[in-house]
Amino acid sequence: MEMPALDRDSLAKRDRIVAALRAIVPGEGVIANVTEMRAYECDALSAYRTLPMAVVLPASVQQVSAILKLCNDEKIKVVPRGGGTSLSGGSLPLGDGIVLGMGKFNKILDVDFQNRCVVVQPGVTNLAITRAVEHEGFYYAPDPSSQIACSIGGNVAENSGGVHCLKYGLTTNNLLGVEMVLPDGSVIRLGGRHLDADGYDLLGVMTGSEGLLGVVTEVTVRILKKPDTARAVLMGFPSNETGGDTVASIIAAGIIPGGLEMMDRPAIHAAEDFCKAGYPRDVEALLICELDGTAQEVDHLIDIVAAIARQHHASFIKVSESEEERTRFWAGRKAAFPAVGRISPDYLCMDGTIPRSQLAHVLKRMEEMSAHYGLRVANVFHAGDGNLHPLILFDANVPDELRKAEDFGADILKLCVEVGGVLTGEHGVGVEKRDLMPSMFNENELAQQQRLKCAFDPVQILNPGKVFPKLHRCAELGRLHVQRGALPFPDLPRF
Amino acid sequence: MEQSILEPATLEETRDLVAEAVLDGKTLEIMGAGSKRGLGRPVRAERVLSTRRLEGVDLYEPAELVMSAGVGTPMATIQATLAERGQELAFEPADYGVIFDHEPGVQTIGGVFAANLSGPRRLKVGAARDHLLGVTCVTGRGEVIRAGGRVVKNVTGYDLCKLLAGSHGTLAVMTRVIFKVLPRAETSATLLVRGADEQRLLAALRLAMNSSFEVSGAALLPILAAGRSKVAMLRKPVRLQAALRLEGPPPSVAHRIDALQQLLAEDGGLGFERLDANDTATLWAEIRDLKLLSPALPLWRLSMPPSVAATLSEWIGQMSAEHLYDWSGGLVWLALKPAWAGEADLIRRALADHGGHATLIRAAYEVRERVPVFEPQPLALAALTRRVKESFDPKHILNPGRMYAEV
Repeated sequence: MEMPALDRDSLAKRDRIVAALRAIVPGEGVIANVTEMRAYECDALSAYRTLPMAVVLPASVQQVSAILKLCNDEKIKVVPRGGGTSLSGGSLPLGDGIVLGMGKFNKILDVDFQNRCVVVQPGVTNLAITRAVEHEGFYYAPDPSSQIACSIGGNVAENSGGVHCLKYGLTTNNLLGVEMVLPDGSVIRLGGRHLDADGYDLLGVMTGSEGLLGVVTEVTVRILKKPDTARAVLMGFPSNETGGDTVASIIAAGIIPGGLEMMDRPAIHAAEDFCKAGYPRDVEALLICELDGTAQEVDHLIDIVAAIARQHHASFIKVSESEEERTRFWAGRKAAFPAVGRISPDYLCMDGTIPRSQLAHVLKRMEEMSAHYGLRVANVFHAGDGNLHPLILFDANVPDELRKAEDFGADILKLCVEVGGVLTGEHGVGVEKRDLMPSMFNENELAQQQRLKCAFDPVQILNPGKVFPKLHRCAELGRLHVQRGALPFPDLPRF
Repeated sequence: MEQSILEPATLEETRDLVAEAVLDGKTLEIMGAGSKRGLGRPVRAERVLSTRRLEGVDLYEPAELVMSAGVGTPMATIQATLAERGQELAFEPADYGVIFDHEPGVQTIGGVFAANLSGPRRLKVGAARDHLLGVTCVTGRGEVIRAGGRVVKNVTGYDLCKLLAGSHGTLAVMTRVIFKVLPRAETSATLLVRGADEQRLLAALRLAMNSSFEVSGAALLPILAAGRSKVAMLRKPVRLQAALRLEGPPPSVAHRIDALQQLLAEDGGLGFERLDANDTATLWAEIRDLKLLSPALPLWRLSMPPSVAATLSEWIGQMSAEHLYDWSGGLVWLALKPAWAGEADLIRRALADHGGHATLIRAAYEVRERVPVFEPQPLALAALTRRVKESFDPKHILNPGRMYAEV
């Protein structure tokens, strides 16, 4: 992965910048020695590591504003960082930039049950929000697997999902407002505790912008009342096709489950070996379908789902009879990544989304690619919304296997785009999928996205080298190249 | 003077017309069927471009919960096509036909997304912007771009769909939209709650929203508003009424309406009635389409934290000729006495301490020229808004001034 060439001017002024940062954030808030900076050299995409020039850990909005203004004036690159759990290298440091760690913003500012929302600082973890409201029976819906460690600020940056987003939406659908700092140091508020933000939906643009547009310093999210009941059904199928058809039929019957997950045979076996969730080993595909709501509704819908599964030749159907059993059904799915980690020295986790109808076709092509590259693949799949997580198994100690695995992954993602899907459903582009962007967007489209970046960050100090394969200067992007159309439309009705 | 209207029928024609306007430096007013032309600041453009000929549903896959259509497709067509398969647009877009004096159903799907129109169910399922998955459009640079896609889970690049939703045609001319559709609930019912004062009923609405009974509509109807309903049960009472909607499979709705009534009855002093599925459909369409408010008076739309509605309710009663609360108090409609039409500052000052914003939805042309229709923005945000506008439309060709004088 090629990163932008190091800027000599920035490196030359390192000592001065560190001193200026210390003037803004006193004491231990600025880290500039190599040993301590090691903790920040990578995120959860640990194949890539870089030491930054310095790490700064501000504790107030004023400090964030002063740091960004300094870096904007001095043209120093800034990589914002939350919990450091990005799977796409979103917070990979730059050698000629600083890391802006938001870990000290760790307070829950207000729990407002009257307006069903919580106001927190961005360094608060996703799970801590639910912990703060569950005594009243509420929860925060988006639940990425890393929820114990990932920060809500990072969730905003990545528009994180989770197993419940089919019914309850992604971060963007559960976010009410932010306070944020623009690269020039100005502080703005988007949205609040009300439902609709005014003006352009800049809140929607900020969500999933991967740290390229601004630094969030306060977050307001919507909380929901926990459903009365939740029950899960395990369903085993003789083929990926019959499993996929069952998913389509459930949705076509008008049912939107709280969660609808699929695993293929290699993933089922890995998970069952790892944590004895009670999964059948003699099936090709396994579905976990969770229904939530009032007890009457859940019982009613479970019968319908089981009937649909039988129509599609399910060889195994089991409904959870207790909360303990429901949790066990999920334990296997939630442990799928570490379970696969046990059967292979290394794995790459991919994240494409496809139209559900393409599932069987995509899985078949993936088998062919697996044979071609000589690498095994296990699939876990947010089946309800078409979000695939193929895990490519490899051994980094075998020469060339990492490269082969990366090529295999790129082929899978290009296939996702080819069948009408997208490169990333919830992990973000980061550095990982940056160079694949042109397979989904043409030059005009990439240029327009970068113009939008220029509106927020004209000097381009925030997270350069992520998301976009080529950097362009804002002035160059701003030039107009309009061509008069080939057709003059003399016949076009103009009444 | 009524200008001639440009009506491109393809993406390429749209692109060429916009490119021509950019080259000639001629401004364009962008509209669909024109049913909401009276919404926003008046646009004084040299040409008018209508997208109504960009028409037709080009993809509908019920099992994938997705539809794609030309932006000019009338809502009546979209809704009829979805209804055949028992589906709908879950965000329940309002039809402003009544308030802008148009036939219902003529507004286009593009207009719905451009204005980010959502109805009562918004508090449960999200706004129009939450259901827009993909867009093809021509920017104010005369370039065709696509944003998003046809799948729900997508974080590839910036979420331009959100930005275009609610941008009122000031950034790009959308030509095709891809959006999420959802199954219609099997049945529905409404619990009418009657009480002595607004504070009390607003508290009941919030209590209902904080229950696990999945309320999909929560409105408070003052006596004047209730008196305009076609549902006979609403017109009778002398007390104030709140309405709570429940939707889902029949056994679930039956259980939840009992449980909800029991929960609200605990405090005493409230009366209850129920509406069946037919009356429920009638009432919530009336609330959604603003049929319960005066068809003539200036109309403000206030978005605020729901608890603030109770704080401001006395003031709301004093200053408005008619009003109505939706979204459990999070959305307040004010029909002002004509003399109040221009009192934007007063309304906005009242909201300022609590968070929220006010939009002047209907007013005379001269009033909308003079009064900021959309909430004025603080300096840094206004500057950012202008830079975002110019990143799409550097020469301010598209709907100039529709949202803000400088945008």
